[in-house]
Amino acid sequence: MTKPAQLDRGRKETTVKNRKKAERISFQSEKDMPIAPMSVGSQMHNKTGVWRNMRPVINLAECIQCGICWKFCPDACIYVENEWPVIDYEYCKGCGICGEECPTKCIANVEEKR
Amino acid sequence: MKKVIMGNHALSFGAMLSRSQVIAAYPITPQTQVVELLSEMCASKALNAKFIKVESEHSAMAACLGAALAGARTFTATSSQGLSLMHELLHWASGGRMPVVMGNINRAMAPGWSIWTDQNDSLSERDTGWMQFYCASNQEVLDTVIQAFKVSEKLLIPSMVVLDAFALSHTYEVVDIPDQAKVDEYLPPFQPQFRLTPSEPHAFGGLTSPEHYFEFRYKLQKAMEKAPALIEETGREYEKMFGRYLGLADPRSCDDAEIMLVTSGTAGYTAHVAVEQLRGEGFKVGNLRMKVFRPFPFDMVREIAGRVKKIAVVDRNISYGHHGIFYQEVKSALYGMKNAPPVFGYIAGLGGRDITPKDFGDVARHAMANERPEEEIFWIGVKK
Repeated sequence: MTKPAQLDRGRKETTVKNRKKAERISFQSEKDMPIAPMSVGSQMHNKTGVWRNMRPVINLAECIQCGICWKFCPDACIYVENEWPVIDYEYCKGCGICGEECPTKCIANVEEKR
Repeated sequence: MKKVIMGNHALSFGAMLSRSQVIAAYPITPQTQVVELLSEMCASKALNAKFIKVESEHSAMAACLGAALAGARTFTATSSQGLSLMHELLHWASGGRMPVVMGNINRAMAPGWSIWTDQNDSLSERDTGWMQFYCASNQEVLDTVIQAFKVSEKLLIPSMVVLDAFALSHTYEVVDIPDQAKVDEYLPPFQPQFRLTPSEPHAFGGLTSPEHYFEFRYKLQKAMEKAPALIEETGREYEKMFGRYLGLADPRSCDDAEIMLVTSGTAGYTAHVAVEQLRGEGFKVGNLRMKVFRPFPFDMVREIAGRVKKIAVVDRNISYGHHGIFYQEVKSALYGMKNAPPVFGYIAGLGGRDITPKDFGDVARHAMANERPEEEIFWIGVKK
């Protein structure tokens, strides 16, 4: 697996902070369930990152901090931390839209190997 | 105020008096005037509702579902091929517990291409979890729309108000249009139990694992089981306020009947006329005009069936490879009942062919002359 490019703009690699934690909800009786099928809690327990075949890797040396990847990510799993994009790999499904939309083409699609 | 209006406009007035807030519909013969009048009402502000133009019936129902989830009282109308195109969304409405009310004009399914009445369009949607009310007069159409909203919103089950193509949809009758203030009193604004709102976000209708799906279906059935009593209760309440009872069925001369006809839709009123004539000739004939088909009023059917000697069900529909649909439902209701009367099944009037009082006379005489039905289907008027 390709290592993410080291930062050369005075910035250290960050991790996604303050992620909400949520438990999976299981009902024991129909009486406790809502009347219609609807979400009653967070879906954060559903870590969709395991679905990923291709891993987007940002080369921050080429990044111009435009925020387009953040805006286009359909799963809202690109964060902006200290004005730099950070991908949350616990949820990123690897759809590749961020790399497709990146104006400097600094997001590579790397085959995921587990 | 009394007006002479067509059945389609009775639907429109029902939706207006119910203060529908969102209407999304696609025109189709013979339903078009429902939508035309409602769009005029929205444009002139006679009805303060959002009218959503859509490109198909599938989209019409989808728009209704979004609106219903947002907490709006929602109305649409369609017919036949349009209803079939909606089919997927009908399950979404009931499964998602969205109390949409829809007018459906009974029109035969193609091919051959037909615009005339029979019930195979709505009865094909039997198992979608919608309540179904079959009307026989324009007055009943208007009244039932108002009642349907009340029942639907209480149970969170959608309702289909069904009327025959042309025999009602384009036929003008005197209709008493109730006073808006009284309708408001009968039908207060919709108070949703859950809704799509930014202040309390939910995803609706999302992936539901086998761990929970089953229970949602159980809850829908349990709610449906409450419907017959609620329809009778709201029907009596309607009678108190407006002088017209809206029940599960409209029995006529059944108490001492040797032959009880079972009918629905406008053919049910024709059968009432036939019963009067036959009684005049000395035949002990009655007619149970079914109004509510889903939920099926088992208790009522069993109770009335216990008083008659034979039952003759006349279906303007067919389940191919089985038989008439009301016939099979009535038989199933009587299963296991002690001394259940024999049930004869007749099919008549498919594709809008007239069913006349004489046809009902023939049916009654046939059932009278035979001990038991020697066939599952007796065809009325087929050119064999």
